[in-house]
Amino acid sequence: MAMPNGPQGERENYLNKEYGVGSWLLTTDHKRIALLYLMSITFFFFIGGFFALLIRLELLTPAGDLVQADTYNKLFTMHGMVMVFFFLIPSIPAVLGNFLVPMMIGAKDLAFPRINLLSWYLYIIGGVMMLHCMLTGGVDTGWTFYTPYSTAFTNTKIVEAGLAIFVAGFSSILTGLNFVVTIHRMRAPGMTWSRLPLFIWAHYATSIIQLLGTPVVAITIVLVAAERTLHLGIFDPKLGGDPLLFQHLFWFYSHPAVYIMILPSMGIVSEIIACFSRKRIFGYNFVALSSIAIAVFGFLVWAHHLFVAGISIYAAFVFSLLSYAVAVPSAVKTFNWTATLYKGSIRYDAPMLYAFGFIGLFMMGGLTGLFLSALGIDVHVTDTYFVVAHFHYIMVGGAVMGYLGGMHFWWPKISGRLYPEGWARLAALIVFIGFHLTFFPQFVLGYLGMPRRYYDYSHMPEFQVLNVLSTAGATILGVGYLLPMIYFLWSMRYGKPAPDNPWNAAGLEWKSASPPPTFNFDVEPVVTWEAYNYEELDAPHPQEAPVVR
Amino acid sequence: MSDSQTTAVQAAAHGHDPALLHHFAEPQQQRDAASLGMWWFLATEVMFFGGLFCAYLIYRLQHFNDFAAASQSLSIKLGAINTAVLIGSSLTVVLAVNAAQRAKRNLLVAYLLLTLVLGSTFLGIKAVEYTDKFKEHHVPGPTFHFVPERMEGHPEQPPIDQRHAEMFFSLYFVMTGLHALHMIVGIGIFVWLLVMAWKGRFTPSYNTPVEIGGLYWHFVDVVWIYLFPLLYLISRHR
Repeated sequence: MAMPNGPQGERENYLNKEYGVGSWLLTTDHKRIALLYLMSITFFFFIGGFFALLIRLELLTPAGDLVQADTYNKLFTMHGMVMVFFFLIPSIPAVLGNFLVPMMIGAKDLAFPRINLLSWYLYIIGGVMMLHCMLTGGVDTGWTFYTPYSTAFTNTKIVEAGLAIFVAGFSSILTGLNFVVTIHRMRAPGMTWSRLPLFIWAHYATSIIQLLGTPVVAITIVLVAAERTLHLGIFDPKLGGDPLLFQHLFWFYSHPAVYIMILPSMGIVSEIIACFSRKRIFGYNFVALSSIAIAVFGFLVWAHHLFVAGISIYAAFVFSLLSYAVAVPSAVKTFNWTATLYKGSIRYDAPMLYAFGFIGLFMMGGLTGLFLSALGIDVHVTDTYFVVAHFHYIMVGGAVMGYLGGMHFWWPKISGRLYPEGWARLAALIVFIGFHLTFFPQFVLGYLGMPRRYYDYSHMPEFQVLNVLSTAGATILGVGYLLPMIYFLWSMRYGKPAPDNPWNAAGLEWKSASPPPTFNFDVEPVVTWEAYNYEELDAPHPQEAPVVR
Repeated sequence: MSDSQTTAVQAAAHGHDPALLHHFAEPQQQRDAASLGMWWFLATEVMFFGGLFCAYLIYRLQHFNDFAAASQSLSIKLGAINTAVLIGSSLTVVLAVNAAQRAKRNLLVAYLLLTLVLGSTFLGIKAVEYTDKFKEHHVPGPTFHFVPERMEGHPEQPPIDQRHAEMFFSLYFVMTGLHALHMIVGIGIFVWLLVMAWKGRFTPSYNTPVEIGGLYWHFVDVVWIYLFPLLYLISRHR
């Protein structure tokens, strides 16, 4: 369909169609906006990573000798806020989702291209506010900004950080809105719901959470800001309010937010597993619906963050049970990926290594989640490093593994260049090892009783060995994260030109050129095949698939 | 020839509506997308107000007497007039959408104007109510002071906790204030619709902005339909 890129007479595509800063800052092309997001979230990822590095350095020795207590509080707060709201939540949806959702369903663009650009600007405005907040003092409440500490006691910049998150939240809402409408209304002829790639199902489920969850945290932030600035008594018991209400409202969003991070990763893993074992995904319908089920269950489990906060024991029973229920759709996915591998022709390219890494880390993160759903064990490990390790296995191990796997898988499509495969496999291995070394010791630390958010543990020096291991792992992990950035940048200039479909993958996005033209397809595609038709693609005498008519 | 040129040429060849954006195949698809987008946006608004309603209901049940006494001081008369005004504006919005679909430009302009007048009336009455509250020292803050009215048939009233009465007014101002903010945004949208209608941009085949602007207006009305009984009415039993 498309000629390979030559030194001269390059095919027109979304990258070379126009040049100049204005053509990027005012673009409404979903692919360009995806790249704007890619640059922005990478920036925030390294800021958040820098804070993490300082945290780990402080914990290298039991004494609090690198930073002061207040600084340490600000470090873990800003690490959490930046990573959650400015990296993890926008990461896969706003970058890969933005790029791929229209391409995978055969659309020319998202339904509302200008709103898509607006969402990026809102993200940037929120990000600049957050940077300003950090540079002029920061926040020390933890990313959860629990009341009444946040509204009545701390003298750090709660309102500004809250507003930054409020604005970034609307960016997230607009992305979700765009995806839902696009998936409903913009599918190419023949692209039925049962033919949608699982990446799309995952993004559909994610978008629903973004749409229905984010407004609740937005109004919670408004109330916190009102209580702090105008002394309206909503959450502060001294003013007649109830801090428990804050926790309910906050976690009503912030628990499902974890699924905003993990669901798109699961979508990516489904794509990669199918492609690199050359098989249709096992149990397509179940994997698709399990995404929706996770989104629905995700809204019903928030109070498991409140088990020690004084909720009624009967409510705790119910929320414990519902939290266990999340394991069912999660296990459906894991088992179906494994079943897809069975008797597949497996290739171990870098995206597949990341997908394997995802399954391993997600399983450990998910199973320790069951520990935490159990009322008794939760009381024992609440606010210890066990919890820290658990959610990092999901949010960093799971979500970032999927994100990196997806970046490798679709990099040839995005950039039109091949990345160096050897380096990529090495990086996948380094990330996997570095991750376990960082966070596995934290499970042990937490179970033995090391509380989170302590900068000084000199009264329990026996924890130093495990902390040193964790810090060493974080260093390795840092190298593993830097490597892909370096060779992706390198490949943009020196990488081999990518063919349109380097993996011989199914999916509409691979039927377009690499990089794709501005409106994605030269002729509107008509879909006549099922998703993941790898058996057909690999048949001895492959019929030329009726790509376009 | 670039893609955009191709599209433009194709559009011209098929006599497409100039309002049809390049990435849609046909006007119907564009209309459906805009409408679905607005419905989902309203779903997020439901959740946005939902957090507040949730807080209000929980505290109302927790501090029943204080909230009941505090709500007595709101003016049912002004609230009821405002409810009528808003429901009236919803009617004019429906008539405006209908006029747009039937290409009655002058009628459309008239109904949009009428909607704006009714919306502004609502905000004016709301401002009067806020002023009254300010004068009565019912605005939360250092000067807050609340003396409950004596209720008929209840000569011995339980004492009122000032903090909880203040909480009622905090929620009252946040909820009605946020609603008023939505009204102001709605008025902005309708001013824009009025300008577009004046220029004759809306035709029977292209009137989506009137329709989805109307959806937004109706939603803001519905929020008030819930706010009015919750804040003004339900604690008035004797």
